[in-house]
Amino acid sequence: MKAAVETRDLTKRFGNSYALAGLTMTVPRGHIVGFLGRNGSGKTTTIKILLDVIRRTSGEATVLGEPAGSVSVRRRIGFLGEDKRLYSYMTVREIIAFTRPFFPTWRVETETRLLSDFELPLNHKVSVLSKGMRTKLGLLLNLCRHSEFLILDEPSEGLDPVMTEQMLRSLVQQAADGTTIFFSSHQVAEVEQIADHIIAIEKGRVILEGSLDHLRHEFRRVNLVFDDPPPPEAFRREGVDRVIVQGRTISILASRNIDEIAALGPLLGAKAVDVHSVGLKELFLEKVKEDHATS
Amino acid sequence: MLIRLNPSSGVPIYLQIVEQIRHSIEIGALVEGDQLPAIRTLAEELVVSPNTVVKAYDELEQEGLIRLRHGAGAYVEKGNRAKPRLRRFREASVVVKETVRKLRSMGFSDDESRRLFEAEWIEEAARR
Repeated sequence: MKAAVETRDLTKRFGNSYALAGLTMTVPRGHIVGFLGRNGSGKTTTIKILLDVIRRTSGEATVLGEPAGSVSVRRRIGFLGEDKRLYSYMTVREIIAFTRPFFPTWRVETETRLLSDFELPLNHKVSVLSKGMRTKLGLLLNLCRHSEFLILDEPSEGLDPVMTEQMLRSLVQQAADGTTIFFSSHQVAEVEQIADHIIAIEKGRVILEGSLDHLRHEFRRVNLVFDDPPPPEAFRREGVDRVIVQGRTISILASRNIDEIAALGPLLGAKAVDVHSVGLKELFLEKVKEDHATS
Repeated sequence: MLIRLNPSSGVPIYLQIVEQIRHSIEIGALVEGDQLPAIRTLAEELVVSPNTVVKAYDELEQEGLIRLRHGAGAYVEKGNRAKPRLRRFREASVVVKETVRKLRSMGFSDDESRRLFEAEWIEEAARR
């Protein structure tokens, strides 16, 4: 089966600067995929290109196996944007009743369940809803459709912790029904919690991509303590991402040859060897630094 | 069933689930024939991807600790190897308890002890 999204060497230029600088990524189907990046890293630009709201400068992008933006593919995807624009003069009840008939796949059970889970005030006008309530309403309108593929741009923006948990739980429910979910975020914690696949970008390029379990299995930090540290080059080998010298400690972030590195420490005179697992936050921060060091 | 996850620990979430269910079986909090929550239910409760729960249950089935009945849920396996392990687990926990007590009396913090263990396993693995 075709991937939910495939892009190759995608670029987007605004004036003299590139928002996307050769973005190549694959969003696999049947997963909750977290799209992680700092503000201004190119997440929203990427999503807008996938939805054909803006045109790419070069490169390729397909969604559900079809060119991004084709009419037939837009019918198959749900989207919740950053601004959550809704008809503000309608009440919650009216906007739901207005939206429902557009979508033959609309499920009333989902509507009923989410109305109670989200505690939405049916008779309030959309214009008086808080940002969090508006997000939940936008989410409800999308989730009831049960589309094949749901794209969300910063869904937790402006939500309190309780609302964030409700929002994430509703995404899990939707994923259990078979919807592929692609959501952007700069909150590492929420990505780490519910995503099973991540794509991290920085300056319009992918810096980390893969199954989250796989990344957690792969990466380790090895800290070696020396009386007289050898040059960091001694640890350059395949799988080593970063070597940092801090006083007597050499700290190595690696994805392969961990055992070899740990064993090399004592051979080079290390008096202590510590091996730590690496969380997504640390990994992301290191990858951003690595990107800045090389570019 | 009480499962507590620490998503930022760097340990894969499916492994955290596997370890905690395995532990529940080993200490007798779950006994043979007990039904585990449906994949969807557990995913919603823990707010993790359903794929993560599937992966955890698959792993537990491969270990022979649970049985997945298609459409009927997951059950703690009859005659699973946890039973004979239960006694050995108790014996091992005595050894661990003694070691931990000894390390504490030597003035090591729990965190230091944990790191010493981890370093030892890694070095052991590297020697092999």
